Amino acid sequence: MPTLELRSINKSFATPAGPVPVLDRLSMQVAAGEFVAVIGPSGSGKTTLFNIIAGLEHPDAGAVLIDGVAVTGRRGQVAYMPQRDALLPWLSVIENAVLATVVQGGDVAAARREARSLLADFGLQGWGDARPALLSGGMRQRAAFLRTVLWHRPIMLLDEPFGALDALTRAQLQQWLLALWDRLDRTVLLVTHDIDEAIILADRIYVLTPRPARIALEVRVALPRPRSYTLVTDPAFARLKRQLQQVLMNGE
Amino acid sequence: MSEEVSAPIPAASPTTPVRLGWRASLAEYGPPALLVLGLLLLWEGLVWYWAVPAWLLPSPSRIIATLVTSLPVLVEHTLATLTVTIPGFGLALVAGFGLGVALDASPLLRRAVYPLLVTSQTVPIVAIAPLLVVGFGFGLLPKVLVVALITFFPIVVNTIDGLQGADRDQRRLLEAMGANYWQLLRLLRLRAALPAIFTGIKVSITYSVIGAVLAEWIGASAGLGVYIARSLRAFRTDQVFVAALVTSLLTIALFTLVSLLERWVVFWKGER
Repeated sequence: MPTLELRSINKSFATPAGPVPVLDRLSMQVAAGEFVAVIGPSGSGKTTLFNIIAGLEHPDAGAVLIDGVAVTGRRGQVAYMPQRDALLPWLSVIENAVLATVVQGGDVAAARREARSLLADFGLQGWGDARPALLSGGMRQRAAFLRTVLWHRPIMLLDEPFGALDALTRAQLQQWLLALWDRLDRTVLLVTHDIDEAIILADRIYVLTPRPARIALEVRVALPRPRSYTLVTDPAFARLKRQLQQVLMNGE
Repeated sequence: MSEEVSAPIPAASPTTPVRLGWRASLAEYGPPALLVLGLLLLWEGLVWYWAVPAWLLPSPSRIIATLVTSLPVLVEHTLATLTVTIPGFGLALVAGFGLGVALDASPLLRRAVYPLLVTSQTVPIVAIAPLLVVGFGFGLLPKVLVVALITFFPIVVNTIDGLQGADRDQRRLLEAMGANYWQLLRLLRLRAALPAIFTGIKVSITYSVIGAVLAEWIGASAGLGVYIARSLRAFRTDQVFVAALVTSLLTIALFTLVSLLERWVVFWKGER
């Protein structure tokens, strides 16, 4: 069973004024098939956390485990979707989508076929051979998500995937992700600063403190699935939102 | 499933350049053409009015007449100049690009070589060129080297800048996929560097013809540089002007060629 575990991760950055602690003994677990959201104030080290899980940065102390095996500092173990779509402007949507297969030396022709077969599900039907410049913001983000899915890793990290979009497009994409989610069968860790997004999408939410980040609160989202955007008017949703807001405002 | 009605589009096509209507063309090219024409007429009139001797300043009409009569000789010299320009620029391109990639790869090498590179550009080429002729003889090589020396620097600098300017997010994404140095270079950084490299090439190509003419001036048996030197000795100032005109036109032609090539190679630029 693919599970992700962070054990007591410490990380600080060197600055001219001395080391600034960013992550302070941070521990988390994500169970197989679970959708977990991490919320924190901006600058709380969420992206650093993801860089460590993706193997892009080394923690000062602590370990990253996948299925109980330490993979700290190893790249390519999890699929990663950065904040901005990071699509390569000279490649078509399909070629962008199969990039991980190209890098990892897999069967690119098969990956292309799979990408084409998924275009409709990702609202990109007919756009497979178009370059990213022709796509709208929401379509670009879905293309980036397609690339993340075709990475073929059981664990996906989504770093504020809808953060740069306007409110309406964001809501549409969240709704779309909810519908797609049940069929994908992946384990997801989502970083966001949007409380609504975390509650609608996640099974469980970690709230981080301001820098250095520790876990201020861990809550299970006891809302039934399949969910839809109409949940935002549900009293249970409102209660949970108020609770999360309080913790975020007070820092603890 | 999808909430956006996405009309299928034909396979992505490079954006077609905007075609100007005749009215817009006139507005675009009319004023400079009129200005040039006016200046030429003024020149012609003043030469006639003051009866300036032709060895001092020939009139535009005389220059054009000379251009027509000496066309066969000019073509010969122009071809000779091109046989210096093209290999010299080619050498600068290969060496400059290679050096740029190497200096990008090794910070140690960059720290060691970069100051030397900059210094090499501060040494006047007219001092170096005769030494090259002494060292390598009167063949093609010293002239090709002069052109390469003059043109390689913008290519090196822009290659390094372009490679290092690759988008950080795209780079981190590929790194997270486990890409090694060569994959990063091939899949991302070389592509991302192309617009900057073309900027370097465009700067270089404008120097390349002048570089070749300069090299020929110092030691050659044919070429526009030789033609200018001979014409000066014979007080044929009209021929000097003709050679200058041809040098300009050649440079503009090469620059235009590179610009067209750029639009084809860096097809995604300006699509946004």
